[in-house]
Amino acid sequence: MTRENTLVSAQWVEEHLDDPKVVLVEVDEDTAAYDKGHIKGAIKLDWTTDLQDQVRRDFVNKAQFEALLSDRGVANDDTVVLYGGNNNWFAAYAYWYFKLYGHQDVKLLDGGRKKWELDSRELTDELPSREKTSYTATEQDSSIRAFRDEVVAAIGTQNLVDVRSPDEYAGRLLAPAHLPQEQAQRAGHIPTAANVPWSKAANDDGTFKSDDELREIYTEAGVDWSKDTIAYCRIGERSSHTWFVLKELLGQENVKNYDGSWTEYGSLVGVPVSLGDEKGEA
Amino acid sequence: MCGATEGGLSLDGVNVAKEAVVQGRVVRGGEPVGNAYVRLLDRTGEFTAEVPTSATGHFRFFAGDGEWTLRTLAPKADPVDRVVQAQTGSVAEVEISVG
Repeated sequence: MTRENTLVSAQWVEEHLDDPKVVLVEVDEDTAAYDKGHIKGAIKLDWTTDLQDQVRRDFVNKAQFEALLSDRGVANDDTVVLYGGNNNWFAAYAYWYFKLYGHQDVKLLDGGRKKWELDSRELTDELPSREKTSYTATEQDSSIRAFRDEVVAAIGTQNLVDVRSPDEYAGRLLAPAHLPQEQAQRAGHIPTAANVPWSKAANDDGTFKSDDELREIYTEAGVDWSKDTIAYCRIGERSSHTWFVLKELLGQENVKNYDGSWTEYGSLVGVPVSLGDEKGEA
Repeated sequence: MCGATEGGLSLDGVNVAKEAVVQGRVVRGGEPVGNAYVRLLDRTGEFTAEVPTSATGHFRFFAGDGEWTLRTLAPKADPVDRVVQAQTGSVAEVEISVG
């Protein structure tokens, strides 16, 4: 994968607003953001209801994903362009999710909703109507999703990349600072994980830095390009952003996103945890 | 600096005793800016969080004790940086003017 087939500019999106085979999809942490205004023609996916099982902590299954996309009018051969707030955190999460279920042509709008707004481009509250489709998903691609046992096994052997802010990594904060800090899990990080905040990969306007800059950032942080990599954060959305950078922009093979992330790992009984700014020992 | 100021964001539902709240409003010529982005940078300048302002120009963070920088981005304006001190059990109120 490369930047050319995974990322599109705001200008490109404006030029394809009336292209019926391009489906714009907004996914935001703030699930009400879409309702206040969105890019013309964009449909909304709500990550809390559309993309999560409503009982267990897991994703919707293949049949539910198929029903969701069929209902919203997304076809297998459509170009899906995702965007959202928070510098595309949840859009990157949805990108990874679409890849998990085998959608071929997915792209991110570089800079997401923020760049679009800062450019003073047009938003509308008009709801689009799309014909229903008959969408077929594949089985989940387990080569891009990490579960807790392989994360524990990766300590000291694979690249673990903790993409949270330095204060969360060190255990001084338990959640990103726009959320209340009272949380059930222990503070800290997985021993041997490098701290490369997702934000290092983005410019202030939310667009991605150049490939050369990106490669240097992860190299400096100690990522060994010859090893497999698992990225994690608190609930798996910021680490989707980093997964996108490593796998889709830089073309690194064997990169997984650990969506259980710190809310799972920090609650596990008997696993090692490191506190402070140092990586810690295996 | 302490306590919610008149006209500030409501603290209903926030356990102020356990949080180091940094909140405020972004204005341009005295009018609220509802389409700005405020980022919270830690003492080393590293990004910690970002929120879009509400329709009334308000924003809020749950920080930790110490010094933070608020960087505000708004359409057609240069970024504005403001240093703020946060402390658990108190609410730091900040009004930010953009050009």
